[in-house]
Amino acid sequence: MTTTAPTQPATRRLNTSKAMVEAIAQEMERDETVVYLGEDVGEYGGIFSSTTGLLERFGKDRVIDTPISETAFIGLGIGAATEGMRPIVELMFADFMGVCLDQIYNHMAKIHYFSGGNVKVPMVLTTAVGGGYSDGGQHSQCLWATFAHLPGMKVVVPSNPADAKGLMTSAIRDDSPVVYMFHKGIMGLPWMAKNRRAIDVVPEGEHLVPSGKANVVRPGTDVTVVTLSLSVHHALDVAERLDGEGVSAEILDLRSLVPLDREAILESVGKTGRLVVVDEDYLSFGLSGEVAATITDKDPSMLKAPVQRVTMPDIPIPYAHDLEYAVLPRQERIEAAVRRVLA
Amino acid sequence: MSTDVSRPAPVPAPTDAGSPAPELPDDVRARLYETMVLSRTFEEAILREYHADKGPGFDIGKGLVPGEMHLSAGQEPVAAGVCAHLTTDDAVTATHRPHHFAVAHGVDLKKMTAEIFGRETGLGRGRGGHMHLFDPETHFSCSGIIAEGYPPALGMAFAFKRRGTGGIAVAVTGEGAANQGAFHESLNLAALWKLPVVFVVEDNEWGISVPRTASTSVPSNAVRAAAYGIPGERVEHNDVDAVYAAAERAVGRARAGEGPSLIEVATLRMWGHFEGDAQGYRADLESVSALDPIPLYETRLREAGVLDDAAVARTKEQATEKVEAAVAFAKDSPVPDVADVMKHVFAEEDR
Repeated sequence: MTTTAPTQPATRRLNTSKAMVEAIAQEMERDETVVYLGEDVGEYGGIFSSTTGLLERFGKDRVIDTPISETAFIGLGIGAATEGMRPIVELMFADFMGVCLDQIYNHMAKIHYFSGGNVKVPMVLTTAVGGGYSDGGQHSQCLWATFAHLPGMKVVVPSNPADAKGLMTSAIRDDSPVVYMFHKGIMGLPWMAKNRRAIDVVPEGEHLVPSGKANVVRPGTDVTVVTLSLSVHHALDVAERLDGEGVSAEILDLRSLVPLDREAILESVGKTGRLVVVDEDYLSFGLSGEVAATITDKDPSMLKAPVQRVTMPDIPIPYAHDLEYAVLPRQERIEAAVRRVLA
Repeated sequence: MSTDVSRPAPVPAPTDAGSPAPELPDDVRARLYETMVLSRTFEEAILREYHADKGPGFDIGKGLVPGEMHLSAGQEPVAAGVCAHLTTDDAVTATHRPHHFAVAHGVDLKKMTAEIFGRETGLGRGRGGHMHLFDPETHFSCSGIIAEGYPPALGMAFAFKRRGTGGIAVAVTGEGAANQGAFHESLNLAALWKLPVVFVVEDNEWGISVPRTASTSVPSNAVRAAAYGIPGERVEHNDVDAVYAAAERAVGRARAGEGPSLIEVATLRMWGHFEGDAQGYRADLESVSALDPIPLYETRLREAGVLDDAAVARTKEQATEKVEAAVAFAKDSPVPDVADVMKHVFAEEDR
């Protein structure tokens, strides 16, 4: 970890994983109560490079490999947080939440409320999400709506290196539990197909992106595409293509589900009158419905056309490449939805 | 292949009590008795208030104390014996049947009672209720989910060890919880990292209506400690002196940096799983009152000359005074303002 060295140019570019690690390292430097716990986060550096170099820099007392016991070590993080530490605990895949969900939603998320605000749980739960590399239906889900549905935890999802750093810094400093979900497809890993924007300029030094502030990544006037994570990049690809046809698409990166920046959604749709929601999580009872309801609860007459939702259908994620790509919310499906909403 | 894997030290065989109760100093025994009496007096008052206005018939959601109520009468020896070795710098994570441990650990009786009554002055401003008591002053918490209080105890111990506070964590479950994954994961991790934890299993023989013999493959959960290379000890006969002695060993080990231990105590659930439980599944109910550990201990202490009529009367009077003051405080306290119901989900909403 030398990314904070002053000799580097102000426009240095990092991949998302390095940006995320930089935030963790800076906060560990700043606050000795920050520790990182999880499976293969030490020597290995995190299966998706979420902790590369941290062990060498901070030692095994602060970057701690755990047994494969998610209930025990996530619960350990909770207890440590209630006693004044700021643990970051990694659940290797969001798909594994089932083996430890009780600690997450019945304990991590509820203790502050149950205590009437007397006990804080300043903890970050990090987890890898997303498919697109044939890892099958137990290692490819996003599931952020499940975390967001259960009250008491913030849920943030970066789409690019700068936000990965800024959201992580804010998450670590937050006195509430934050679930930080990083998509494997945006990490910029050498062994996985990567988005061209997975390596980008990252501010040096302290950089905070607050939770609950959506980002207009591309302004437009004809249609609003509300999305997050890897889908931001697919939506940008589509917007750039349609630009040549005179279609002006505004792309809103939510950055967080909890808190949800409803104002930004309303403002953008108020301007464009058309809404496409792109979500790599499941269709039913999830984010896409929540975003659509944000509009209809306020004023359905804002919409000039029915809302289009591009999401994972309600099926387990299939393994075969063609099957998986048929159901992922990728460029072709997003483009078709934009054309439908404009028709 | 590494060859320098260090071998864990041999584990002492689980001691299966029956071992004669140790002779404890008189003042220690008098204190254990006081703690048990205070706990029972408290629960009798809660029982009275709980049932005072549930009628006609029985409506669980009605009254000054609404909701499910799990009382711990009969299990006082476990809490009294263990908590006698703790200070309020040590943590306790208790179960859905938490009152005896809260009382024995020194949780403020008024704030706890107010929480059970759902008042703004309660430990959690009426957001938690009797299964979700959180007291940062004494590092006390509990959980309504079986065995899930174990993992946070590891974290409390971890934080104490890091910060060098000298504190330890005591994690409590019932015997039914010892079949949950969280129990086994926690024993393994605490043993692996030598965390200063004492695991306590209250074997009251009943997981709601299912007897231990129908739920658990071993006669004693103490033997399960061997699977994790830590000492396991079973205390028979709901004997507070024996619990005290076992806890002294376990707490001493934890404080000395030698890691966790497990104590299982054969105890007694005198009342139902929850209030309103008719206990039709229990054939042993007639014998229960004769096994009440508090009069039994009182008799033992009288015979040993530790207590006399005056001391017993004084202990009971003091307990009643404290408890009734707590009940009056709860009743006089305001209910939470409904306008504030959305507050305290996140830290910045604390105001």
